[in-house]
Amino acid sequence: MKSIILKAAAGFLLPLLLLFSLFLLLRGHYLPGGGFVGGLVASIAFVLHAFAGGMKKGQKYFPFHPGFLMPVGLLLAFLSALLPMVTGDGAFMTGLWYPHPVPVIGMLGTALFFDLGVYLLVVGVTLTIIFTIVEAA
Amino acid sequence: MTGFLLLGPLLLRFATAIALMFAWRQIVWQRYISLVGEALAVTASAVLLWQVQTKGTLVMQAGNWAAPYGISFVVDSFSAMLLLVASMVGLGVSLFAAGSMLNNRLRFGFYPIYHFLLAGISGAFLAGDIFNLYVWFEVMIISSFVLLTLGGERSQIEGAVKYFTLNFLASIIFLTALAMLYGLTGTLNMADLSLRLAQVEQRSLVDICAFILFVAFGIKSAVFPLYFWLPASYHTPPVAVTAIFGGLLTKVGVYAIIRVFTLLFPWDAFIEQMLGAVAVLTILSGGLGALVQKHVVKSVSWLIICHIGFMLAAVATHNQQALAGALFYMVHDMVAKTGVFLATGIMYRLVASHLYSKMGGVMQKHPGWSVLLVIPLFSLVGIPPLSGFWPKLSMLIGMATAEKWWFFGAVLVGSFITLVVVMRLWIEVFWKPASQEEVVGFRYFKQYPTAKQGAMLLGMLVMVGCSLLIVYGAPQLQSWSLQAAEDLLSPQVYLEQVLKIGKEIEP
Repeated sequence: MKSIILKAAAGFLLPLLLLFSLFLLLRGHYLPGGGFVGGLVASIAFVLHAFAGGMKKGQKYFPFHPGFLMPVGLLLAFLSALLPMVTGDGAFMTGLWYPHPVPVIGMLGTALFFDLGVYLLVVGVTLTIIFTIVEAA
Repeated sequence: MTGFLLLGPLLLRFATAIALMFAWRQIVWQRYISLVGEALAVTASAVLLWQVQTKGTLVMQAGNWAAPYGISFVVDSFSAMLLLVASMVGLGVSLFAAGSMLNNRLRFGFYPIYHFLLAGISGAFLAGDIFNLYVWFEVMIISSFVLLTLGGERSQIEGAVKYFTLNFLASIIFLTALAMLYGLTGTLNMADLSLRLAQVEQRSLVDICAFILFVAFGIKSAVFPLYFWLPASYHTPPVAVTAIFGGLLTKVGVYAIIRVFTLLFPWDAFIEQMLGAVAVLTILSGGLGALVQKHVVKSVSWLIICHIGFMLAAVATHNQQALAGALFYMVHDMVAKTGVFLATGIMYRLVASHLYSKMGGVMQKHPGWSVLLVIPLFSLVGIPPLSGFWPKLSMLIGMATAEKWWFFGAVLVGSFITLVVVMRLWIEVFWKPASQEEVVGFRYFKQYPTAKQGAMLLGMLVMVGCSLLIVYGAPQLQSWSLQAAEDLLSPQVYLEQVLKIGKEIEP
């Protein structure tokens, strides 16, 4: 797609959308949002950029294949669900929380890392699917 | 430590799958990771079974949220037995796949998906919350879609379309039933549902829920009128995939039927007639389908349907002896079906065809294989003292005690049909002289590298070993099954265990 307006806008939109996706991710525990939506918004940012500037340019932001994010995200989510079983009361997925709020992020706990895992997984899956389809076309 | 003990088989599958995804391109390593993961899962399941038999039903509330609100994971001796058998089948097929699966399919991620499938199966056995059960069913069928289409041959896609359509429909129906149940009772925890459904005044609505759930599980376990997807798709993927599907997937549907109709819905005449009629028709239609097939894998696929009917008939009999037979039969059937499907894979590699008309001469050329393959085949029929005989005996005694002569007759007819089908297979494939010359360009078993031949042989040996282990442990298995059947028919222990822990946490 050759459009100078889209190209220029995509350059600005990429960081904005990524920030928005992080906002959604962090907001997710008590309010609408979370890793899944955040991940979708982040992958849309990259896809938009790739549409505007060509596939090559979209992929250059990834030093590795985006599919690699899938096992990383899964592992992060898996470990954060497993952690309370290792350290404490024995129930899977119990929330462990750092008692003091952290500036900007808010409360820090296993739920956040679980969501982060989902975020990475969704980015990985979506970008793998879209890049594969575009490459095949 | 209860958490690790109880979720062990499930967590190990996830850990293995994640490790396999990290090793995406190292297909040699993937074989070893998969084997180690499954071997650990077998150990974990064995320990779990032992603990459940000594300590009774184990419960864990995910996230420490009390029972009716949070998600419970429950293991009683019924699910512990199935977990162990499923792990053993998983190990056998993983070994076989290490030898038989083409490298191209491994590069597309056969092993990671395979372990996600096993995770879905073990999750379904562990779930104590009916929505959670639905989620595990989804994990299972999405993995199975990928396994079914992996490789992308024309026939595979054609089979997958039918498989996908009907199984997806089943999921939607399942979800509809859950919505109705939640609307009626306001809960999804199975123990809580059991208490509340008994108090619902509009019995007809409860019956409708039961019917819709039965349709959903019926599609998944391939019962009469809803089985058409099974023979249309099971012969298309590689044999290791067919073996795990035939061995485990439909049995998870039967597990769900047994769980739901013993725990959730109070037994009444409507449920009994529905299950009974469908069971008899399933046995007959599956058996007749198997009789007319001239393709080995298709013929055995139809036998799956026939044998699902046995278990349903035993459930519909609704006494302890017959239900114990059904549970024991599930254990036997998982092992025997997987063994027979793997055997068809070996036969294919020995004679280069799936059609009876082109097979033959195995006994003459490969006497060793014949001796090995006779065990899963005859176990499936239930020729004493092999493994199919003992559960069938228990079912038949139960049916005779309850004077359900229709079921008694249907099981006998089904067994006889199975005998005829397996005998014909034996005559056509093993006894008959070879009916075609060696096909040029076909990859015969002897042309595989020695390591791969060894892996396939070992996988087959694991299944045969499990089959013989069932024979050896038949008295023990029968007593466990009787105990499990008693617990299922009067679920007080289950209810107390799940809901009591909830009360302890409440202030």
